[in-house]
Amino acid sequence: MSVLVFVELAAGEVKGSSLEAISYGHALGLGEVTALVLGITDERKMTGLGKYGAQKVLYSDDPKLEKGIIQAYASVVAQVFDKVNASVLVFAKSSLGDPVAANVSVKLGASLASNVVELPETRNGFVVKRSIYTGKAFAEVEMQEDKKIIGIKKNAISLKEDGADASVEKVEIDLSDEDFQVQITSEEKASGEILLPEADVVVSGGRGMKGPENWHLIEDLAKSLGAATGCSKPVSDMDWRPHHEHVGQTGLKVAPSLYIAIGISGAIQHLAGVNSSKVIVVINKDAEAPFFKAADYGIVGDAFEVVPKLTEAIKALTN
Amino acid sequence: MKILVCITNVPDTTSRIAFINNDTEFDKSGIQYVIGPYDDFALARAVELKEELGGTVTALNVGEAYGDPVIRKALAIGADDAIRINSFPKDSFFVAKQIAEVVKKGGYDLVLMGRESSDFNGGQVHGMVGEMVGLPVVSPVMKLDIENGKAKIAREIDGGKEFLEVNLPFIAGCQEPIAEWKIPNMRGIMSARTKPLQVLEPVGDETRISLKKFSLPPEKGEVKMIDEDNVEELVQLLKNEAKVI
Repeated sequence: MSVLVFVELAAGEVKGSSLEAISYGHALGLGEVTALVLGITDERKMTGLGKYGAQKVLYSDDPKLEKGIIQAYASVVAQVFDKVNASVLVFAKSSLGDPVAANVSVKLGASLASNVVELPETRNGFVVKRSIYTGKAFAEVEMQEDKKIIGIKKNAISLKEDGADASVEKVEIDLSDEDFQVQITSEEKASGEILLPEADVVVSGGRGMKGPENWHLIEDLAKSLGAATGCSKPVSDMDWRPHHEHVGQTGLKVAPSLYIAIGISGAIQHLAGVNSSKVIVVINKDAEAPFFKAADYGIVGDAFEVVPKLTEAIKALTN
Repeated sequence: MKILVCITNVPDTTSRIAFINNDTEFDKSGIQYVIGPYDDFALARAVELKEELGGTVTALNVGEAYGDPVIRKALAIGADDAIRINSFPKDSFFVAKQIAEVVKKGGYDLVLMGRESSDFNGGQVHGMVGEMVGLPVVSPVMKLDIENGKAKIAREIDGGKEFLEVNLPFIAGCQEPIAEWKIPNMRGIMSARTKPLQVLEPVGDETRISLKKFSLPPEKGEVKMIDEDNVEELVQLLKNEAKVI
């Protein structure tokens, strides 16, 4: 028995959510943990995955796998799962991980549970707790099949950081043309910013920011905290900010330790995207804004005055 | 162009979520059901593609009869006909199996659905269907155009988007801004009453996960208000009380 972890890279770095997946795989206590890395990164980063709980890293630097094509990745993950004789596959929820895991589950005949928020209960069957109704409830589900695939939600486990270096080995994979029916022609990516789904602190702005020209206030605060920036749906609909920053029911669901909402009234659709945050701070000039009811800390005040002061106070603390 | 759009029947986002029968069943009382918000985007784009390229749109739902008003709404928005697989959607695998059966028989050029349902948020069904029927899957799709049998797609990735091309047929999990939600007009609502809604029995009853119990998150405590002239206090609370910075 062993555990396989599907690891995702972002700009050559292992994503933080994948490190959580490795620590989760280790904490399962179901045998050796193998991390599968597809794409190009350096060897040191791979041996370093040992720290988080992987004993072995298998990688492929096949240029065809540099981009995340769902079928191709699914085919590789299923092959490696069998190769290492795994019983559980762990992945972190992402726009790539979700469809890849779904394909793999059919290939392997495995039970699949995603949005899992804690370690399984195994005294009576294999039961995991998953977040449902967009963060408004949980379901405990039994994974019936011998082979299991677990997709974890951010913060499902705290990172283990005390393991020894992992062994690193290149893995041979059979790829067929069938797996490459989808062709990626180009991409558009903001460089150097902290990825919103991965961020531990998120600063979001809403219509109360009055226009995209005022976003430097949000960005400055985010920078002082090492945070990612997000926005409400109207802001993304009006093209003040790109869609990948939209947090809410139909945008990204985030689960940071700290979510700071500025000039966002707190429509139920927005709350659905942030209700898994540990701590929520709301800054709004309208004392009646519904968001205050969902917040841990609130300030009633003009964002254009409060936010720069807050940025300065954070800087003073960190200097 | 034959398009299949799979829709979920889910509680409206504003619904209060509660459970009955020792927390093993969702409490449907007082719940307003809607087309899954992501599926609604997929449906809107399907109707636009039909208007642009000709063809038909079939709406498919796996669910019990209480979902029929939501299926009628899809017909009012512009689907030409509908299929309901008459069963409680037991798990993602079961639902995917039902959809795969319809896809295999139907000869569709395009199969669209939301990137995930807003009740179970699994985001799994499109991937499973693709594997079951041997078609490529693309998700989450935020832009979809069809030219000469080829789809040009923008897919959301971390921090941006990726552009890709794939030949028809394929399966797509959709999200905004692929299209604007459509509100049915009076003519649509009238015509929806007579459009065909075929009810089929499910194929098999195999599932791969089973529900044990539902639960609700703990209630949020009272919000602590801080004076706007005292942001330093907020910083201290975040550092020393909440310990998040």
